Amino acid sequence: MKRAGLVLVLAVACALPFFMSGFRAFQFTQVYIYAIALLGLNLLTGYNGQFSLGHGAFYAIGAYTTAIMIDKWNIGYGWTIPTAAVLCLVVGFLFGWPALRLEGLYLALATFSLALAIPQILKYFEHWTGGSQGIVLSKPKAPFGLPLSEDQWLYFLTLAILIVLFVIAANLLSGRTGRAIVAIRDNHIAAETMGINTALYKSAVFGISAAYTGVAGALSGLAIAFVAPDSFTAFLSITLLTGIVIGGLATISGAIFGALFIQFVPNWALDISKAAPWAIFGIFLIVFMYVMPRGIAGSLRLLWIRMTRPAVVNRQADRDVSSRSTPHST
Amino acid sequence: MSLSKRFVALLVALAVAALAGPGVAAAQTVVGVTATEIKIGNTNPYSGPASAYGTIGKSIGAYFKKVNDEGGINGRKINYISYDDQYTPPKTVEMVRKLVEQDQVALLFQTLGTPPNSAIHKYMNEKKVPHLFVATGATKWNDPKNFPWTMGFQPNYQTEGRIYAAYVLKNVPDAKVGILYQNDDYGKDYLKGFEDGMGDVAKKLIVMKQSYEVTDPTIDSQIVNLKNSGANVFFNITIPKFAVQAIKKSHDIGWKPLHFLNNVSSSLGTVLKPAGLDASKGLITALYMKEITDPQWKNDKGFQDWVAWMKKYYPEGALDDQSNAFGYNVAILMTQVLKQCGNDFSRENIMRQAANVKNFELPLLLPGIKINTSPTDFAPIEQEQLAKFDGERWALFGEMVDAFRK
Amino acid sequence: MGGSGGGAAVAPPQNIMDIFVQQVVSGLATGGIYASLALALVMIYQATDVVNFAQGEMAMFSTYLCWSLLQAGLPYWVAFVATLVIAFVGGLLIERIVIRPVENAPILTIVIVTLGLVFILNSVAGWVYSYIQKPFPSPFPSKPIKIGQIVLGAHDLGAIGVTLVVLLLLFLFFRYTTLGLAMRAAAQNPASSRLCGIRVGWMLALGWGLAATFGGVAGMMIAPNVFLDPNMMTGIQIYAFAAATVGGFTSPFGAVVGGFIVGVTENLVGTYVSFIGTELKLTVALAMIIIVLLVKPSGLFGRSIVRRV
Repeated sequence: MKRAGLVLVLAVACALPFFMSGFRAFQFTQVYIYAIALLGLNLLTGYNGQFSLGHGAFYAIGAYTTAIMIDKWNIGYGWTIPTAAVLCLVVGFLFGWPALRLEGLYLALATFSLALAIPQILKYFEHWTGGSQGIVLSKPKAPFGLPLSEDQWLYFLTLAILIVLFVIAANLLSGRTGRAIVAIRDNHIAAETMGINTALYKSAVFGISAAYTGVAGALSGLAIAFVAPDSFTAFLSITLLTGIVIGGLATISGAIFGALFIQFVPNWALDISKAAPWAIFGIFLIVFMYVMPRGIAGSLRLLWIRMTRPAVVNRQADRDVSSRSTPHST
Repeated sequence: MSLSKRFVALLVALAVAALAGPGVAAAQTVVGVTATEIKIGNTNPYSGPASAYGTIGKSIGAYFKKVNDEGGINGRKINYISYDDQYTPPKTVEMVRKLVEQDQVALLFQTLGTPPNSAIHKYMNEKKVPHLFVATGATKWNDPKNFPWTMGFQPNYQTEGRIYAAYVLKNVPDAKVGILYQNDDYGKDYLKGFEDGMGDVAKKLIVMKQSYEVTDPTIDSQIVNLKNSGANVFFNITIPKFAVQAIKKSHDIGWKPLHFLNNVSSSLGTVLKPAGLDASKGLITALYMKEITDPQWKNDKGFQDWVAWMKKYYPEGALDDQSNAFGYNVAILMTQVLKQCGNDFSRENIMRQAANVKNFELPLLLPGIKINTSPTDFAPIEQEQLAKFDGERWALFGEMVDAFRK
Repeated sequence: MGGSGGGAAVAPPQNIMDIFVQQVVSGLATGGIYASLALALVMIYQATDVVNFAQGEMAMFSTYLCWSLLQAGLPYWVAFVATLVIAFVGGLLIERIVIRPVENAPILTIVIVTLGLVFILNSVAGWVYSYIQKPFPSPFPSKPIKIGQIVLGAHDLGAIGVTLVVLLLLFLFFRYTTLGLAMRAAAQNPASSRLCGIRVGWMLALGWGLAATFGGVAGMMIAPNVFLDPNMMTGIQIYAFAAATVGGFTSPFGAVVGGFIVGVTENLVGTYVSFIGTELKLTVALAMIIIVLLVKPSGLFGRSIVRRV
């Protein structure tokens, strides 16, 4: 039944760009890009328990990889996406290694520092990055002469990559690897005792998570056709964190819900109040967290469980999802 | 001419008109304008780090309200749609696409910021939508050959930097220049203008450059370094918040160089007064607008009209914020361009009229500065004048400087 | 030659020591700013185990309230104290009304709620007071203090003094009062504290109230230098986080020391390491966080977190 639902959703997604304006297609492309980034972040923070406030940095690395490869070396955009993935994989892994020593709050702050430093570093190496002026790109045209507009082609390209990455993530998380990853989050020491090489796993997850976000960044470079340091401020990293919490930590569908939220809710807030739209957005955030503390996907899952298995005591459902970390010191 | 010959001439003329007519009409695209309204689109940073500039977008809306109250333009009311882009290029792209593709505006007016405008530069020209009077001092908006739909407005930063450099080269025999600049496109543009203006001696005469980020709390450390470099000329490229600190700190540590203050921070009310009118004596800047907290304009008609307008249409706006004067001024120019369109509001004609403003005066420009555009000249304001602060007001001196065209 | 001629008298070049000391002094002044907000951050973390992203915005909003009181004609110190009281009550209410519903939710949920607060406070401040910067008075004289060749603003010195006094009061409170002990207990072990009769919920609220008060003090000390505007705390909060991280989130003393370290190092690196110069100053501050964390993962003065198996 679940599979039928997925196929239906997919069919609708494929049909959409032919029934909506280029602008809407562009907005939905943006949603898919965020979803990829959120899935990456969720792998690290939701499933593996490593708080990252710095994924905007990998998003930026991905975007600039694409921009520099196209602008400086005239390489086709198709090659830039896997390059961004590999580059971010390596950088993420290298960052993850020393980050092993850091817990919860401190890891969050270390990653936040990374995100904050990025705009300044981008401006510094202006020979490569174009400095504050940024790099202007052209949107890719549909290949093989397909009768698709640039917006539609980007939509399908992003959707295709999204599906592939989602399937990979689902497979990764459903097997032994997935259980190991979650075990590390829930009880670090026990996992180590069971023989899981936590250091390797944690760094690897960091790398994969960074790679996902890097791909999202690369795609966004193509979709916006412009990169500049101002596009990758701390606000971006905070937006990504917001996305996974609202969407639902440790869920795959949460990435889509979160992406829809961060793309459209600020615009709704603007429609509601021109004077203080971000106050409305803030209220949205708080109300969401009151009503759905486990995020949209988490709450839907709870709802589903309650509806289909009413005999089961509610406490069971609550223990399924992530619990509060960082126990107090002795 | 005989009657029959005239008749033939008339027939020929009609035939030519008939043949040429449909061709010309086909090229005209009227979007966003009906018999009763003209839709104008805009993006401004109403939130985020650059939100202080958001008042420009608001003041423009307030001016258009006045225009509408007075009957509108050729019977049409202006429908001004302005979105918040938070100074983030991806958001600007989204909002501009919304304005052009969903709201179907006739043109974009005074979109603010260099990175936001850079992000939509190509798009606007591909879509052939007038991208008028962009609110940035960067140099690249005056390029009618490659970007025929984009036009700048204010004198660009590089020009101003060059003006200061020229002054130093002419008047300061053994100059040692120290520069404080904001580490972004605005700061670097001014810097480039100054260095280009110095030419070959730039490396020799500029003894120290110090930068800062908009998020830094103070620039005291940079001022100390600049003093210790032995500089006797100081080019101060800072926004108001830091300009006050720079003026105050230099004064406190006893550093009294020849101090050039960039135009962006030349406000008496928001910069010189908090820094100390005494500490600000001797500052030099280049102006193109009347500085609205400068007492010398108290009885000027343009200034008084502006104050009256503020009180009626934008009472929540600050009377000492130069941005509100800026928005008012440029909105008058936009209104003039639309008036020049007559009844032809096709995008082509709007662009044509924008490139056809001759010797037009705006009430808050310095006397003698006029707006001039042409199909090869997309820089509406090209003149600036040096001014020195004498403790009370910006005393204009020297000749009106004609800008260096790029 | 026309115009005003060359630059006026050039100050005699200072000797190397003087330059160094001046930069250190300036660094301490800036560091004092970071330290004051870092104190508030650590305060909340110690009392409630929550990193309050809205700390800076709460401080900013308190400062605006003070500004309104001053505009209404109240003398400075009356407005100052009134603001502290309002901030305290405000912080308390925010904890009881906004944070309480998610007290037992996963930590990231609470973080998002504080983020919501950030948006609300910032947006409302901008709406009510507009985004243009406003000057804010300092209770200290504006004439600079000169010690030999070294110049120090009287306000900077005063602000550092206030921060240190607050730190001392905090130390005395937690060490020597029953209430302070109760707060520490409630934060470290809520379950056992309840068994002892401690009203844990109100202890948390008290923690927020106190932190809001300190934030207000920080805001009112910072505003004269950086000017009052809704975004005034954004940059500073970053540095405050750096300070608290370097010093250790579990140590108020560490937070203050961390602030000074960040301020001074920033200036010295900016002055003396020319290939970095000023264009990477922020990066340096952030790199410091990472370096300190690699060597001492819970900060210089923080207690290491030991997990029970």
